Amino acid sequence: MQNQELREIAVQVRRDIVRMVHACQSGHPGGSLGCTDLFVALYFQQMKLNNRKGKDGYISFNMDGKGEDLFFLSNGHISPVFYSTLARRGYFDVKELATFRKIDSRLQGHPTTHEHLPGIRVASGSLGQGLSVAIGAALAKRLNGDKNLVYCLMGDGEQQEGQVWEAAQAAPHHQVDNLIAIIDLNGQQIDGPTAKVMNNRDLKAKYKAFGWNVMEIKDGNNMDEVVAGLRKAKRLTGKGQPIMILLKTEMGAGVDFMMGSHKWHGVAPNDEQLEAALKQLVTSGTIGDY
Amino acid sequence: MTKYTFTEKKDTRSGFGAGMTELGRTNPNVVTLCADLVGSLKIDTFIKENPERFIQCGIAEANMIGVAAGLTIGGKIPFATTFANFGSSRVYDQIRQSVAYSDKNVKIAVSHAGLTLGEDGATHQILEDLAMMRAMPNMTVINPCDFNQTKAATIAAANWKGPIYLRFGRPVVPVFTAPDQKFEIGKAWMVNEGKDVSIIATGHLVWEAIQAAEILEAQGISAEIVNIHTIKPLDEKAILMSVRKTKCVVTCEEHQANGGLGDAVAQTLVKNFLAPQEYVAVNDSFGESGTPAQLMEKYGLSAKNIVDKALKAIQRKQ
Repeated sequence: MQNQELREIAVQVRRDIVRMVHACQSGHPGGSLGCTDLFVALYFQQMKLNNRKGKDGYISFNMDGKGEDLFFLSNGHISPVFYSTLARRGYFDVKELATFRKIDSRLQGHPTTHEHLPGIRVASGSLGQGLSVAIGAALAKRLNGDKNLVYCLMGDGEQQEGQVWEAAQAAPHHQVDNLIAIIDLNGQQIDGPTAKVMNNRDLKAKYKAFGWNVMEIKDGNNMDEVVAGLRKAKRLTGKGQPIMILLKTEMGAGVDFMMGSHKWHGVAPNDEQLEAALKQLVTSGTIGDY
Repeated sequence: MTKYTFTEKKDTRSGFGAGMTELGRTNPNVVTLCADLVGSLKIDTFIKENPERFIQCGIAEANMIGVAAGLTIGGKIPFATTFANFGSSRVYDQIRQSVAYSDKNVKIAVSHAGLTLGEDGATHQILEDLAMMRAMPNMTVINPCDFNQTKAATIAAANWKGPIYLRFGRPVVPVFTAPDQKFEIGKAWMVNEGKDVSIIATGHLVWEAIQAAEILEAQGISAEIVNIHTIKPLDEKAILMSVRKTKCVVTCEEHQANGGLGDAVAQTLVKNFLAPQEYVAVNDSFGESGTPAQLMEKYGLSAKNIVDKALKAIQRKQ
């Protein structure tokens, strides 16, 4: 798929995100919007995925994921972007996005395997756990002789969790070189700017010191840069080191009044704000809202 | 009563090690993880024979639980091993989210549970783990009683689909169950049939229960002994069948009275059949340093305590 098409899908995913959180008046639009370009680049172009469809017309999802790339979302609160991406990619009906955070839904506030939503391989939301799970899945791939890759996205606020650093030392120690971890550097968390709440300081130096091959994507909301960065990361795999991408994004990217602050981390837009947001997110009309 | 004798004493953790050795040879999907306690968990042979299927995690238990969860994605059957304290309370949220809620086929196999860890003292003597693990949805909880039962439980755990908390201990204790026994998860073992009192015991307390029943027999009292090795799912049928017959019960566990086997049995009785119940368990306190025997005596977990509680339970029947 061409980058122009990815950009078009990204606009649609952003429309889904603001409509989903508006519909249930809860959820996390800020980080979801910031990571949209990454999700679309991964799922529509860069990841090798099983495309086989079941009788219902949706991708037949296999928990074991043998023979395909795997993705783990550690910062589970940005579930809106995950759900929209999976639905748009063909894992389930986009109409199901309307059930987000509502009773009896497979689209729980934070992702879970418990409701058997295709595309989800572990529950996340309690922060700091995803990288460990990704390492385990990568080690299973190695044991199975499966050459495909494992991706894991974390938040920058999440780097304050101790378990992240247990995992950070384990991956280089076991030479988990089929793993590409990504940190969403949006510099914001619930209580304010990350630098003020609990300064991560130099994540690049930290991960390098732990033994990772660290690279940066300077504008994580520029599709060309995201795609080029992911291509480069894949070239760096298989060389004895895990890969870390520091992905600089803007929280709320795509909706001007949600950008540049932590205020939209976990707040839903009201009716007028939804209207204003959707006016800024215009597709050429080839895809369409759920 | 049924006579139980033993020719040797062994630690239950060595039963786990023997089970892992066998699984290493028979099940290529079994992977072992350990947090810097290989010698204590008796998994040296598994590691020697299957070095590629062992993952040393260092002193980082939270990460170990997550890595184990990840290994199941790809069809592996990971056994995450450490001391009971570090495999339960220290990593409760990791087990809850990444394992139990995520339906991952992870076996958490932990040694040095309870007071009989001994000299290391209360920091390491977890006495709340059964309560924590029982409370967790989707978790199976097993606490075997001797070398042979632990070995059998380990092999059964690998064949069971779903998360398991398998708890065993450090000291050598009599080996009195059959070698190569069939172990059925969730199915109680009738150790001895009796009619005056039910002694329902788990783990190291099963041997104490047998000793107690012999003392009671000398006093003309017929004690039934039921071994509950699987705390969850609980064999309610076996418990009710026994207590309906004897009309009173003593529960015995190397654990806090709060939330353990005793409370699980009480929950069953209160819903189905009211009967006097006495607890042989730690009474809401931490342990301390000492030899296992000294600690079991000081904290009221010996055969003598079971006898006293049995007499009390029988008295309360009137």
